[in-house]
Amino acid sequence: MFVRDGSLSGEPSLPHLHEENLKFTLKRYSALPGFGITMGFTLFYLSLIVLIPLSTIFFSAFSLGWGHFWEVVISPRTLAALRLSFGTSLVSALINAFFGLIVAWVLVRYEFPGKKFVDAFVDFPFALPTAVAGIALTALYSQHGWVGKYLYALGIKSAYSPLGITIALIFIGLPFVVRTVEPVLQNLESEVEEAAASLGANRWQIFSKVILPTITPALLTGTAMAFSRALGEYGSVVFIAGNTPMKTEIAPLLIMVQLEQYEYASATAIAGIMLVVSFIMLLFLNILQAWGRQNESL
Amino acid sequence: MVGREVRRPFLSEPRWVRMLLTTVALVFLASFLALPIAMVLAQALKKGFAFYLHALSEPDALSAIRLTLIVAGVTVPLNLLFGVAASWAITKFDFTGKKFLITLIDLPFSVSPVISGLIFVLLFGAQGRLGEWLGDHNIRIIFSVPGIILATVFVTFPFIARELIPLMQAQGNEEEYAAVTLGANGWQTFWKVTLPNIKWGLLYGVILCNARAMGEFGAVSVVSGHIRGLTNTIPLHVEILYNEYNFTAAFAVASILMLLAFVTLALKHWVEWRAAKDAASSEPGAETP
Repeated sequence: MFVRDGSLSGEPSLPHLHEENLKFTLKRYSALPGFGITMGFTLFYLSLIVLIPLSTIFFSAFSLGWGHFWEVVISPRTLAALRLSFGTSLVSALINAFFGLIVAWVLVRYEFPGKKFVDAFVDFPFALPTAVAGIALTALYSQHGWVGKYLYALGIKSAYSPLGITIALIFIGLPFVVRTVEPVLQNLESEVEEAAASLGANRWQIFSKVILPTITPALLTGTAMAFSRALGEYGSVVFIAGNTPMKTEIAPLLIMVQLEQYEYASATAIAGIMLVVSFIMLLFLNILQAWGRQNESL
Repeated sequence: MVGREVRRPFLSEPRWVRMLLTTVALVFLASFLALPIAMVLAQALKKGFAFYLHALSEPDALSAIRLTLIVAGVTVPLNLLFGVAASWAITKFDFTGKKFLITLIDLPFSVSPVISGLIFVLLFGAQGRLGEWLGDHNIRIIFSVPGIILATVFVTFPFIARELIPLMQAQGNEEEYAAVTLGANGWQTFWKVTLPNIKWGLLYGVILCNARAMGEFGAVSVVSGHIRGLTNTIPLHVEILYNEYNFTAAFAVASILMLLAFVTLALKHWVEWRAAKDAASSEPGAETP
């Protein structure tokens, strides 16, 4: 999932979508041809590949019946997996928010040799297949790995533990905050900072009272995107997680385990919960982005 | 040079703050980006170059590479066709529900890869909704190549459309109107007017779509069944080797995927650079050599 030019997850900023007609129109008159065939194909392909397959989760979850569905959801193993997934995703997103802001700040405001190259490499976690990230991080942070041997010597179990899961999630979420905050920092007018400085504000006051409020929507958007990606992540986590039920088993892995044991009902119930959470995150992201646009146009 | 300021002194931080922040940023990036890259290379070449080449050329590895190329070769053109059709319908016409339609197109990005595979198992698997009918007609989708392709198409569904829609919105429809007024038909208008304007965005989307199609792990893992030599893509082959404690071979095969990531990043930046150059030269008043 690449992010570019601040055009983020849900929706790119499309200027003339706002002048929406209040009355229902299938299509307003246009001199250009091809509406029927392109729209027809779009809706057909969208239904076939996305809408119909996704809806089977809800049909299957409903056909379980409320009792069975609830039984799966409140089983200790499911609850433990959901708790672990939410906890590690939240911690990794917050760590990415902190370091991502510093990285974006340094990349936009300071000069150092090789800056262009470093900037290009921020996208690496998006380009690297997750399985490769998973085995590389496991090799690094396990007991005899380059980093793991020092951490294990200090008594820190950096692989096959919640910490290991968090490390993998930091890796895959790293570009989100940098790529959402960067364009906003770039577009920040220096006049506002000059005005604040001439009124006697010091650097920290300018940062916390002028700059931070302006970049807050972008920072929150990037953090929420990293969180939402982390919740569903599978490939980079399974290798480093340890996958012990109740302890280091994330929700996507639990779905996989249930499927392998032909427990389709349980897999569906957990997937249903995860999907609802994803949709709530999507809604939240859309609201955040609307706020960001409003903030920018002020 | 580290931490050199680019702004007027009163608008920048003291030198030690700049140095500190730059160091923190670079150490963070080095430990999360550079170390894994170095680790993959070190592990892949641990047993020498001959072993490395052997790991890449054994029959199971070759069949995984072949399957990955087939999957990407089917997925990318399908999603390209969709991306062009959807962006034409969305940007050239006004209709109610446009925003909602764009959200629906982006939906696969917010679904966990495991769930993206699961939905096709629920539809086409032996216990799935269409499973019995497919079984009676001897059609195999799950644990077979069609399932892998379907899951990959789902996961990479939005890539090309989401590049083209904002681009075509920003460009407006004036040039297309002029072409139609001058008597061009729809196909000519698209081919001669729209396509040259969107070619870099299109290529950008194709590159990202291809990278994800070749590297997808979770969704494909659910529908593949891991049959060696038959339904293993490169990422799944890496997993199998790793789980068999054949680490050096696993990292050797993983290094091709890392190469794919490098090529993707390089192409992505080349396309961005070309698009910026084109945009600069089409500005009014720009020099023409």
